[in-house]
Amino acid sequence: MTDKDETAIAQVRVQLPYHLRNLAKIDGEVSLAVPGPVTVRAVLDALESRYPMLAGTIRDHGTLQRRPFLRFFACAEDISLVSPDNPLPDAVVQGREPLLIIGAIAGG
Amino acid sequence: MSSVRVLVGTRKGAFILSSDGKRKDWQVSGPHFAGWEIYHMKGSPVDPNRIYVSQTSGWFGQLIQRSDDGGKTWQQPGLQPGEGMPAFPNKAPNRFLYDTSAETGAPLTTHQWYDGTQHPWEFKRVWHIEPSLVEANTVYAGVEDAALFRSTDGGESWQELSGLRGHGTGPNWQPGAGGMGLHTIILDPTNPDRIYIAISAAGAFRTDNGGKSWKPINKGLVSNFMPDPNAEVGHCVHHVAMHPSKPDTLFMQKHWDVMRTDDAGDNWREVSGNLPTDFGFVIDVHAHQPETIYVVPIKSDSEHFPIDGKLQVYRSRSGGNEWEALTKGLPQSNCYVDVLRDAMAVDRLDDCGIYFGTTGGHVFVSPNGGDTWEPIVNDLPAVLSVEVQTLP
Repeated sequence: MTDKDETAIAQVRVQLPYHLRNLAKIDGEVSLAVPGPVTVRAVLDALESRYPMLAGTIRDHGTLQRRPFLRFFACAEDISLVSPDNPLPDAVVQGREPLLIIGAIAGG
Repeated sequence: MSSVRVLVGTRKGAFILSSDGKRKDWQVSGPHFAGWEIYHMKGSPVDPNRIYVSQTSGWFGQLIQRSDDGGKTWQQPGLQPGEGMPAFPNKAPNRFLYDTSAETGAPLTTHQWYDGTQHPWEFKRVWHIEPSLVEANTVYAGVEDAALFRSTDGGESWQELSGLRGHGTGPNWQPGAGGMGLHTIILDPTNPDRIYIAISAAGAFRTDNGGKSWKPINKGLVSNFMPDPNAEVGHCVHHVAMHPSKPDTLFMQKHWDVMRTDDAGDNWREVSGNLPTDFGFVIDVHAHQPETIYVVPIKSDSEHFPIDGKLQVYRSRSGGNEWEALTKGLPQSNCYVDVLRDAMAVDRLDDCGIYFGTTGGHVFVSPNGGDTWEPIVNDLPAVLSVEVQTLP
């Protein structure tokens, strides 16, 4: 999928932190069918739809803002602070690279 | 023969301790929800196999878990894998949204921040869960920032009882050192419309109409750290306990001072008496003796551990003022743990059992009303809460 066929369904790979894998009873990566355009928001919508127990754990229920101690990485880039409506890199859209959701190493 | 099930919430998971009525041999189940903070777990008086859990994390926010088989299996109420849900669902078991509607008369305001400025209300976690006395699907949740929520569908969705936060003194509430949590919920067994709650640091409140409207019940509390020590709100109440046979009598462990009221909170008086220190967090009442109460004195608000490293429960058989130290079986040297506000409970067996957990990971039981103590476990993560179910 490229910018030229934004409405196609992409198979996006997502890696979740340990506690969220346990919560959703997931081993390893998740592969999600995401309708385009493929953005962080679209991926999280698809993730929460398939695993409703994750709703509220990555982004706040009320504001839909990313939780402060979670970060999003794609293709070795930290995309946590860019708009969740920005298109994800082609490598993620095409399934060559996963979207990483990482818990901050915090707490001392 | 009756048995007991002790529900222990810790910094790193939940544990269930089970024994027969002798309370001598124990089975330990857990950690459940390993690695998560379990602020509180409590069983329904109507259906003891139904247990509600507050599971929380600084990373992943708040979850509610429920068991319908006594803690063998758990689910987030109403959620099943593979069932699609909209990105902004109408209901979710971990969705605690403050009521902002003008219709209820309680628009969201601000509360006082540590520096005296006003600060927006922000949901952080559920501190305490209180299942209804009469209906297994009804359960209350006390949250930080302080508010009271209720679910009538077994925890699948939550609605704020916004009359509490919106009754007028909210802008004067302020967080204690641990946050501005609503940590105590007491349901009057003789009057379904009467509920008591307590908040750090706002004080105690009562509703007589099922939560529609509330009044502060802090007359008689004195907090010398406040500009007005006798103010209507702002008191750092640590915990409140009631015996079900005397619902107008409440016992309170305040930041400093042990207090009691005999008129449903309208007037309080101090009953610290001969306690070596009247700072502490827990307080509870014997199951069959409504004037027998228990506290764990903590040295001070600067040193959160027992005096001289000796862990002592104090018991009063006279509803306060006259206290005796209970030490048999408890560490009497080099013990520098704390006992947090929700970490004491009593069972309802004939010889009342008393339980408490420490930040050092002990859970102690006294199967004889406090005369002697034994550790059930010694090395759990820091204990946040202890509840006990007495099972037939």
